[in-house]
Amino acid sequence: MGSTVKLFKTAANGKLAPSDIESNFDDLHPILSSEYAVVEASRCLYCFDAPCLNACPTEINIPKFIKQIYSGDADGAATTILSENILGGTCARACPTEELCEEVCVVTQTEGAPVKIGQLQRFAVEGLIEKGEHPFRRAPETGRRFAVVGAGPAGLAFAHRFTMLGNSVVIFEKREKPGGLNEYGLAEYKMAGDFAQREVAFLLQIGGIEMRYGKALGENIALDQLKTEFDGVFIGVGLGDTRKLPASGVTLPGVEDAVEFIDRLRQAPAKADVSIGANVVVIGGGNTAIDAAIQARCLGAQNVTIAYRRGAASMSATAWEQQLAAANGVNFVHWASPHEFVGKERIEAVVFNRMELVGGALKETGEKMTIPADCVFLAIGQAMSHVGLDGLTLDGGKISVNEQYQTSVDGIYAGGDCTATGVDLTVQAVEDGKQAAICADALLRKRSANVAE
Amino acid sequence: MANLQSNFVGIKSPNPFWLASAPPTDKEYNVVRAFRAGWGGVVWKTLGEDPPVVNVNGPRYGAVYSGDRRLIGFNNIELISDRPLDVNLREIKAVKRDWPDRAVVVSLMVPCEEEAWKRVLPRVEETGADGIELNFGCPHGMSERGMGSAVGQVPEYIEMVTRWCKQHTRMPVIVKLTPNITDIRYPARAAKAGGADAVSMINTINSIVSVDLDQMAPNPTVGGKGTHGGYCGPAVRPIALNMVAEVARDGDMAGLPISGIGGVETWRDAAEFLALGAGNVQVCTAAMVYGFRIIEEMQEGLGRWMDEKGYNSIDDVVGRAVPHVTDWSHLNLNYIAKAVIDQEACIKCGRCYIACEDTSHQAITATKDGARHFEVLSEECVGCNLCVSVCPVENCITMEQLTEGVDPRTKAPISSEHLEWTAHPNNPMRRAAE
Repeated sequence: MGSTVKLFKTAANGKLAPSDIESNFDDLHPILSSEYAVVEASRCLYCFDAPCLNACPTEINIPKFIKQIYSGDADGAATTILSENILGGTCARACPTEELCEEVCVVTQTEGAPVKIGQLQRFAVEGLIEKGEHPFRRAPETGRRFAVVGAGPAGLAFAHRFTMLGNSVVIFEKREKPGGLNEYGLAEYKMAGDFAQREVAFLLQIGGIEMRYGKALGENIALDQLKTEFDGVFIGVGLGDTRKLPASGVTLPGVEDAVEFIDRLRQAPAKADVSIGANVVVIGGGNTAIDAAIQARCLGAQNVTIAYRRGAASMSATAWEQQLAAANGVNFVHWASPHEFVGKERIEAVVFNRMELVGGALKETGEKMTIPADCVFLAIGQAMSHVGLDGLTLDGGKISVNEQYQTSVDGIYAGGDCTATGVDLTVQAVEDGKQAAICADALLRKRSANVAE
Repeated sequence: MANLQSNFVGIKSPNPFWLASAPPTDKEYNVVRAFRAGWGGVVWKTLGEDPPVVNVNGPRYGAVYSGDRRLIGFNNIELISDRPLDVNLREIKAVKRDWPDRAVVVSLMVPCEEEAWKRVLPRVEETGADGIELNFGCPHGMSERGMGSAVGQVPEYIEMVTRWCKQHTRMPVIVKLTPNITDIRYPARAAKAGGADAVSMINTINSIVSVDLDQMAPNPTVGGKGTHGGYCGPAVRPIALNMVAEVARDGDMAGLPISGIGGVETWRDAAEFLALGAGNVQVCTAAMVYGFRIIEEMQEGLGRWMDEKGYNSIDDVVGRAVPHVTDWSHLNLNYIAKAVIDQEACIKCGRCYIACEDTSHQAITATKDGARHFEVLSEECVGCNLCVSVCPVENCITMEQLTEGVDPRTKAPISSEHLEWTAHPNNPMRRAAE
């Protein structure tokens, strides 16, 4: 995401003015001006068989869209992006570009920094969304209809491509808003300006998509019933659950899943109304831990510590995310695994086991360490919920799919984090949804052609 | 530092950088600012007869930008000075009085009648100006009235007016040539035949700088319509350099001094004009884009380069490259060079590959053992320099001369003898070896 690091407002006494708190949740990177976008686009070398394109899970034609920006056709650039990745707006904001397209940008070798591909993508896509125009049209109506379970990136991408191909879709969503983790799981400053909702509204302009909220698999909808009612089903429910720590005291008030904290904060109309402790401990090593820790600082927490059981190099949070956290006063304690959560009526401290690697295996050193805490966020990873998935074959706890994104049950497709298709990233979920829609549509067309013969 | 003193047809200036006749030299105020900044001389913006011309009151300029919004080309539809003649003459006199060490040359454009020139020349002479420059180049507006490039495009007129001027003034006469012709040597020879002390080149090139696709009219657009204007700035430099070289190496010109004009923006541009035979340079667009202060970098850069190369004076540089400018037919066809890619420096963007593969000789690999790898195939490479031209890394691809053995492409032995087209066996018109 580039080398500039946003510095949030923090206060030594932990008392931030409400206006400071609100401004802390503003955009992490302001959108590029059109002048800067063209100058930045001029840095792109338009590589042959471009490494960035090959590094993008959705294979956006990056050199092409950058050249379109350069030539003054930003809407054309947006169309190039969105034709491969309909959630290219969120991906531009939230993708770990420093580990994907920008990591392999050859310009880094001569100029020390890659072309700001993510920010150029955002410039193009948001410019088009702002205009309120939708660049795609639906193919002639096929009369076929699918049920999509989950209005996250995978489900939305499936719905968009599937309807674009002439079919229609009903999306069943457990929550009251669409977007999945885009709406509920990313730090506010990454998705500022209610972007997740604006993006979904843009996506739905394709037509042929009906939304039904408050519908959860295994609660008030069932796969069997959907399968009967529709021509097929696409499951994009995500992981749905979090891993649990077996440590004692983990249920004390003040100990919360980081995803719940992020979710609460995202949905809070006034961020300053979300209370935070003075001493916050976040347990985990991924981007969720970073998002929780930085946002705790944004709310005014004095001491925020990320505790991780291994060394910095093993953290799944990208180097850029770690840098952003460190620059904003988040402390990192490595080689510390939670042993016990201590407190009378609510959390007061966390006791850690110090860890080390012995012959490649993670072992306790026997040493203990205590960090005072009045707020603890657990970010030790999500877990797959199997509620309502009876009858589907699983693979490593996730829904098993073949190369056509078909599950073990005919007519039921799946993609995104709930399947083992690749990395758990928005961009991967979008690719899964898009490809599954193409496969499902092709199969339906083939079958109806066979029937016609 | 090297001595940058300039003596151009007897007109002395502390350095060879003059401001060309243009908006920056239209008034005493601007010219004094230029001299304070360090410019060696000015050619005052073209004077005409009273009543003065009238300029458009809308946009006069249009620009061409590079991707990073640097101005690389510029055009204008401005006419000659729109101020009364006596105001200009009074200011010229004052400036020359106050700045005796600087060159002050006056550009002139009056109708193509001897009486008109006879009238204006004594008045200019009276100012104490160092010389005159005849504006036979302006390609817009004035040319519609039978002046400017309308004169410059007819060698007979150039010769005639130059002769009048030589007859009616003792001041040195510099004839400014228009590039809007097919062969610059004809107007240059005409100027010489008329007795010119020097030629200056190039004036601006006729152009439409861009089209406003909403108004569907050329830029700059004045009330919904546009017209062609004079193109200048860095983009025209290659054209100017060629024209200077063509005149400098023309036997008939016998070394007539040349004032080089056309896209000079840096010391290096100036050095190139000098090397191709210009005795000094005139600058306009760069000053209009960046202000007069650029003279500092130009002077210092030229001086430092001359010191490095051991050139003591401007005259040491002037014309150094002229003997190496030749016609195509005299190039050595036995010279063989092949592109070589420095694998350490290569950043693997693949631009050389796709350029060569799509548009040239399929002489660069894209992969080696399944990995991205760009390497020149000598057996296919014709040495065209396209890959060097498109490579974003300086000195990553170089052209290496082959001096012995056989050319891997033609399998012919490499000869150290000079073989040019005039003597080539394939040339039906070849001359017998002497």
